[in-house]
Amino acid sequence: MAAILELRAVKAFYGQSEVVHGIDVAVEEGGMTVLLGANGAGKTTTLRAICGMVRTEGEILFAGNRIDRRATEAIAAVGVAHVPEGRGTFIGLTVEENLRLGGYTRPRGAPANMQRMYGYFPILADRRRQQGGALSGGEQQMLAIARALMMEPRLLVLDEPSFGLAPRIVEDIFAIVERIRKEEKVSVLLVEQNASLALQLADHAYLLETGYVVASGSAKSLADNPQIRRSYLGY
Amino acid sequence: MHELLQQVFSGLAAGSIYASVALALVMIYRSTDLVNFAQGEMAMFSTYIAWTLVNAGLPFWVAFVATLVISFIGGMVIERVVIRPVENAPVLAAVVVTIGLLLIFNSLAGWIYTYTVQDFPSPFPDRPLLGALITTRDLGVIGVTLAMLVLLFVFFRFTSTGLAMRAAAQNPVSARLCGIRVGRMLAIGWGLAAAIGATAGIMVAPVLFLDPNMMGGVLLYAFASALLGGITSPVGAVVGGLIVGVTENLVGTYLIASQLKLTVALALIILVLVFRPNGLFGTGIVRRV
Repeated sequence: MAAILELRAVKAFYGQSEVVHGIDVAVEEGGMTVLLGANGAGKTTTLRAICGMVRTEGEILFAGNRIDRRATEAIAAVGVAHVPEGRGTFIGLTVEENLRLGGYTRPRGAPANMQRMYGYFPILADRRRQQGGALSGGEQQMLAIARALMMEPRLLVLDEPSFGLAPRIVEDIFAIVERIRKEEKVSVLLVEQNASLALQLADHAYLLETGYVVASGSAKSLADNPQIRRSYLGY
Repeated sequence: MHELLQQVFSGLAAGSIYASVALALVMIYRSTDLVNFAQGEMAMFSTYIAWTLVNAGLPFWVAFVATLVISFIGGMVIERVVIRPVENAPVLAAVVVTIGLLLIFNSLAGWIYTYTVQDFPSPFPDRPLLGALITTRDLGVIGVTLAMLVLLFVFFRFTSTGLAMRAAAQNPVSARLCGIRVGRMLAIGWGLAAAIGATAGIMVAPVLFLDPNMMGGVLLYAFASALLGGITSPVGAVVGGLIVGVTENLVGTYLIASQLKLTVALALIILVLVFRPNGLFGTGIVRRV
């Protein structure tokens, strides 16, 4: 299958300091790829690089087109939906307004998309008139995923959806991400600390350490790698 | 009693002017965390544009609408050319830029139109109504302001551009990730603020007469209004403006010489900052950590 997203020798910078040192990453169309690694390995920075939120060098291709010199809002408009670290909720706006904003670039499909999102996440329908900031962490994560899907994306970028959530809620969220991936035919690039869970769901995986890709391959091969098991899976 | 009511109504008319300018200040503060000291002078300059158009023979309301359009575009241009370069600079640098704008507009108006005080036509006849409780002119000013507020409310509440502007003001990073062009939203915000200010300038000019320093006092009252209402709250700006207008009129009539009325604004600013820095409506939003 063709790659929907391809990073070729991508470096990323915060100001003058280089944080990601020339990595190659590909996300297969329709697949789920996970970036693993400890804190500070450059996972979030890689996601920010894809969406034009930090300075980069190297080539980033989305559906075959270069996006590495484009503005964040333009990258979003071509079909990359990024659920950022911290979920990016518009806390002073209602749940429904948050969803409308997700559909900003796809106004025609927005009403139908919103109904579909309420189908995936009934709790959001119950809370549609509440302010985003009044939702619990898990609900905000659902809102963030729903907001991203309102963009009718071809690639969904998720930055640690499990962060700060109870294990049971994390399972719920991953179950729904898996269902959405199949039903919405969207490719997923996931950053996750919870390596064992992520490797169960993903088909490809990359392991980052201090800004380098140190291992990559099928999720199964990484899960079977004894060194990775010891360092990241703990068994 | 009759005189008191008269003063209240004429206070409401003045207050709706302050409310408009305060609203313009709040809009820019919310989107860019910046107090635009040039808001009054921008409004004054817009009023001169309206004056030129009226003198060129255009009917008043045509000149009015044309001035709003020109001011809107002018506001956007100012944001792009002057404000954008200091967007990421320390806030003090940006504030100094707006003070620079204030001086530029003031001098430019003086240079083009001279400092001579000019008569400005009022679109409303000046007749007493309801047993001289209120004049038709005051009623017209209040009416125009209310109409503008309703339009703005509808725009921000129900249009996708209005929603995108609120989103861009609240969380620019997240807004960009939704595909919203945040820079353009800021420019539209400046354009709208300029047009709101222009409305205020045109409404107040028949009363204050037109000269380059016309808006100095109004801006001070508008600051007091915005602070009283809570500098982050559009509703607060409007309520604050009306309260300041009425208070100023009553205090000026019954308590102190009307020449000292401006001190009311200063006293209010100090009282609000000392006793209720968030103003009446500027409370935090619901948040769960």
